[in-house]
Amino acid sequence: MDAIVLQVLNGLDKGSAYALIALGLTLIFGTLGVVNFAHGALFMLGAFCAVTLNTVLNISFSTIDPVKKDFLGNPLKVETPYIESWFGPELGAAIIDWSVPISILFAIPVMILIGLCMERGLIKHFYKRPHADQILVTFGLAIVLQEIVKYFYGANPIPTPAPAALSSSVDMGVFLGFDAGSIIYPYWRLIYFCFAAVIVGGVFAFLRYTTFGMVVRAGMADRETVGLLGIHIDRRFTIVFAIAACVAGLAGVMYTPINSPNYHMGMDFLVLSFVVVVVGGMGSLPGAVAAGFLLGVLESFASMGQVVDLLPGINQIIIYLVAIVILLTRPRGLMGRKGVMEE
Amino acid sequence: MKVFDKGVSRRSLMKGGVALTAGLAAPHFFTRSAHAYLNEPTGSTVTLGFNVPQSGPYADEGADELRAYELAVEHLNGGGDGGMMNTFSSKALKGNGILGKKVEYVTGDTQTKSDAARASAKSMIEKDGAIMITGGSSSGVAVAVQALCQEAGVIFMAGLTHSNDTTGKDKKANGFRHFFNSYMSGAALAPVLKANYGADRKAYHLTADYNWGYTTEEAVRTSTEAMGWQTVQTVKTPLAQTDFSSYITPVLQSDADVLVLNHYGGNMVNSLTNAVQFGLRDRMVNGKQFEIVVPLYSRLMAKGAGANVKGIFGSTNWHWSLSDPGSQAFVKSFGSKYGFPPSQAAHTCYVQAILYADAVERAGTFNPCGVVEALEGFEFDGMGNGPTLYRAEDHQCFKDVLVVKGKENPTSEFDLLEIVEITPVAQVTYEPNHPQFAGGQLGTCNPGA
Repeated sequence: MDAIVLQVLNGLDKGSAYALIALGLTLIFGTLGVVNFAHGALFMLGAFCAVTLNTVLNISFSTIDPVKKDFLGNPLKVETPYIESWFGPELGAAIIDWSVPISILFAIPVMILIGLCMERGLIKHFYKRPHADQILVTFGLAIVLQEIVKYFYGANPIPTPAPAALSSSVDMGVFLGFDAGSIIYPYWRLIYFCFAAVIVGGVFAFLRYTTFGMVVRAGMADRETVGLLGIHIDRRFTIVFAIAACVAGLAGVMYTPINSPNYHMGMDFLVLSFVVVVVGGMGSLPGAVAAGFLLGVLESFASMGQVVDLLPGINQIIIYLVAIVILLTRPRGLMGRKGVMEE
Repeated sequence: MKVFDKGVSRRSLMKGGVALTAGLAAPHFFTRSAHAYLNEPTGSTVTLGFNVPQSGPYADEGADELRAYELAVEHLNGGGDGGMMNTFSSKALKGNGILGKKVEYVTGDTQTKSDAARASAKSMIEKDGAIMITGGSSSGVAVAVQALCQEAGVIFMAGLTHSNDTTGKDKKANGFRHFFNSYMSGAALAPVLKANYGADRKAYHLTADYNWGYTTEEAVRTSTEAMGWQTVQTVKTPLAQTDFSSYITPVLQSDADVLVLNHYGGNMVNSLTNAVQFGLRDRMVNGKQFEIVVPLYSRLMAKGAGANVKGIFGSTNWHWSLSDPGSQAFVKSFGSKYGFPPSQAAHTCYVQAILYADAVERAGTFNPCGVVEALEGFEFDGMGNGPTLYRAEDHQCFKDVLVVKGKENPTSEFDLLEIVEITPVAQVTYEPNHPQFAGGQLGTCNPGA
């Protein structure tokens, strides 16, 4: 039983990332009608916001240690971050230690700006083009973005750890009525799940309870009529694109302590996120979130040794298998709206 | 028959036929004479093909390989400080290129994909006239390119490839490997693990689901079981996996007290990071401290995993902190040129380029069959791994193997691993027909003409 609870937790954790990326994807599709294959790259750029801030905070000055030697036998250059000399060693080290949570503040304006530039600079020219063109141009953009990141940061993963206070794990067995030590789970992964829940809730509340959100929802339902009412819907949709970029970016920032970021991480999530959107129903926000968590949990269960022993290879195809079954039984996905992608 | 009536006799027809046949055959004969082997260098230069990952997940390792090759070319042409050519036991190389021909090179991008690697190697052989292909950061790529070089008729000097199969069931007469292999990792690691963790341990293996993962799991499992460890579970993980949480949590439920991560590159960085996140290293099982083992380490990988590598045992082909004259000469040469110490991938690639050039000099020809003969059974020293043998039976180098551990207090971003033991070559040597290397034939060399 405790093994099942652990896999449910793993699934919710994986599902958090899928849901956050898929939420932005389906938001863009529902409003702008654009199939954005660069959305995984936005997730990656968010992660590299955290890497960048960590790098900036670690900018150092060198002092020579005459006793120690470097690999060539020369006196060793000891690097001390400026921030530690400005704020003192303890506070400076603490700021560097908490660089990932601090990166959220840095990533929000950066990702909104990137989203605005992407939409105004490229995506808007493809609104009236076929979906195949949109896929090609956004996929090309994703490759360009990841090659730029690789040029500056290299191909190797870059460790970006969680704050020391949050990098250990919690024994949840006692809380959940199991034996002590039977359910151990990392703090940061629990934080990631809670963070995803807050972001998803925030986006839903924003669309549900604000005038802006109401107009966007009206535009998603009938763009032409909203435009005839004198509302500049395109401008609202541009902001929606920026919000979607920001959501993907924040998902990336918070993901960095879970797996060391590399330039390719966006592509690793992109295909799965599209499957999530399709399973949830194209353009359906609740569908994307529900499908994200569902597929995350199923993927985790399919990775269990007992399941793989019974059905070898199932862990690699489970998501696609479930997608086929759902699309055969519900062609519009779990919560797909009538009329979307059906013209 | 009319034709004979017009003054052309049968004898003259036969003569004409023979003359015509000889005339047609002559160009082939002269061609074979002029080019006794594929891409024979006829001018004042010779071209080598460096086939390394310049894009994809191993691009950083590929960049380091390329730096090493460029350094080797510089040294072969008489530039720089000569590096390991000064410490190499063979003194055939004179710093005037290879057989007096200036060394030039072309590069290809393997992308760490077998088909892309074969295409780039083929292009370098056919379009650029490369006489030798070398490089790579993956066993899948090495096996694929080695087979291509065998078919084409050029020498392949493998880069970083650790699977037993490269010089086991997939060995080829035209292919040579300096890097160590999975068997050697297991044989070197097992005694160190026993000394540090005891003989009564239960191991859980997570293994990358491809050729290298299988041979590494088999090697480590066999070696550790031979000293008393039990293997409680082996689980294959997809190569494309990024989050290993669902593979780590069953370890918590098992009776295992050691986790062996038969992963490399991004897989290893992520699985190790996930294992540490889940508190495995703080865990007590069966009254013992839980331990993690990474059979194949590289400094570039260790950097990606950050502080998670601290105290974790693994093996490596070479490390820049070695104090022998060869290693020091190479580190000085490489470090002065590029500003940081070389990786093990850079070391093996540099050594392979020098060994090839030396073999050509000793053979007196670029003919692949001559080079094969010169390398088979060649014993040398001064290249950073102690006395080394290029065994004739399988074209595998036999030398000391390093057991390393993640350093607790690194002094720089390069100072991540510390050498725990230099395992003597005798301990990692095996018979050519060892079961882990069974199948496949070396065959005969192919000069390509």
